[in-house]
Amino acid sequence: MPERTPSQTVGPYLHIGLIQAELGRSDFAGPLVADQGMAGTHIRIEGRIVDGEGNVVPDAVVEVWQADAAGRYAHPADGRQLASNSFRGFGRCPTAKDGTFHFRTIKPGSVPGPDGTTQAPHINVGILARGLLKRLFTRIYFAGEAANASDPILARVPAERRDTLIARRDPADPAVYRFDIRLQGDDETVFFDA
Amino acid sequence: MTDTYSRAGNAADPPYLHPDYQSTRVRAPKKPLIVIPQTLSETTGPVYGHSDVRPEEADLTIGHAGEPLGERIIVTGRVLDEAGRPVPNSLIEIWQCNAAGRYRHAIDQHDAPLDPNFTGAGRCVTDADGRYRFVTIKPGAYPWRNHPNAWRPAHIHFSLFGPSFLTRLVTQMYFPGDPLFPFDPIFNSVPDPKARERLVCKFDLATTKPEWALGYVFDIVLRGRNATPMDPDHA
Repeated sequence: MPERTPSQTVGPYLHIGLIQAELGRSDFAGPLVADQGMAGTHIRIEGRIVDGEGNVVPDAVVEVWQADAAGRYAHPADGRQLASNSFRGFGRCPTAKDGTFHFRTIKPGSVPGPDGTTQAPHINVGILARGLLKRLFTRIYFAGEAANASDPILARVPAERRDTLIARRDPADPAVYRFDIRLQGDDETVFFDA
Repeated sequence: MTDTYSRAGNAADPPYLHPDYQSTRVRAPKKPLIVIPQTLSETTGPVYGHSDVRPEEADLTIGHAGEPLGERIIVTGRVLDEAGRPVPNSLIEIWQCNAAGRYRHAIDQHDAPLDPNFTGAGRCVTDADGRYRFVTIKPGAYPWRNHPNAWRPAHIHFSLFGPSFLTRLVTQMYFPGDPLFPFDPIFNSVPDPKARERLVCKFDLATTKPEWALGYVFDIVLRGRNATPMDPDHA
């Protein structure tokens, strides 16, 4: 049997290959995950990536993967019909010089979990950057969501670290959720191995 | 709940912390990863295919006023899973520096010329057999500031999706016999020397096009599914 090709870092020049809009080419994916016509609660996710010394990370790319407002994925492994064929559920945003990234999307619905459980609304997040020899995987959950209390994945996270996975509502704009990512340190974001 | 995707092959990947590669020291997580079951959120993933990419995007030597300088090459291969099955209709994105070792990127300040006829980005989608093919020029080696007199071996960056969130792979393809291998902390971050060799393409005379370009073969193996357990009622 063939053996796995190992991962290598995306490096500092990832924009050439992954963010083609910067070269004036059309991109199949960007920070816009769902446009205004899509059914659901429209939100904006804003965050910043910080390293172990507190410095911002200006050369990362954040990728998100999510279900639609009804909790359905645009993928053959999810046999349920989507409300809209134009929803693909994927977004990609490079960090800016100040380490920030953003996505415009809809809040996903609850999705099926293992062994008949239900997962609270969440967005899967992959982080690629110089200095990351393989992708980091985390999840965005939403503050104020009652279903968080019974989410089977959050339940595996030590209680004192769960806060790192919860996006907070911006007091000035209820459509904006803040989700900062700390790669290393005392308040390090929880990263998953699936 | 049993895993849909195998975990055994993850051992081929480098660790997050590889101190010889300086940037990992402040960017590698220090707390243990939380192991979670593979849910529908992980066994699904973005689906991109032929409608998202134009065929000419697989040729990095065209689309400019003239031809790029350097050694024209063909890079081809198959994308497979760990059971040897082809991964069809899957998007591949590549990027690289030019023949002089310079990236078309604002932060690359290496004192080597840019080539007005080379951008260094390509995309294609695997066919029904998992096969892909790029035409490009051989990238140069270039210095970086990781340690004194540090040089990256020539490489092409590859980004692949595969069929799920868990099959996503970003890697680098190297060229056979590069004298910089023993000194490169990124290449050597892969713990198993045999796994490291899987990052090196092979020269292939059959792929080589007479009077035109050398051919290299680079097969890529993505994370595969676990064998489906036998249903006891139908065993």
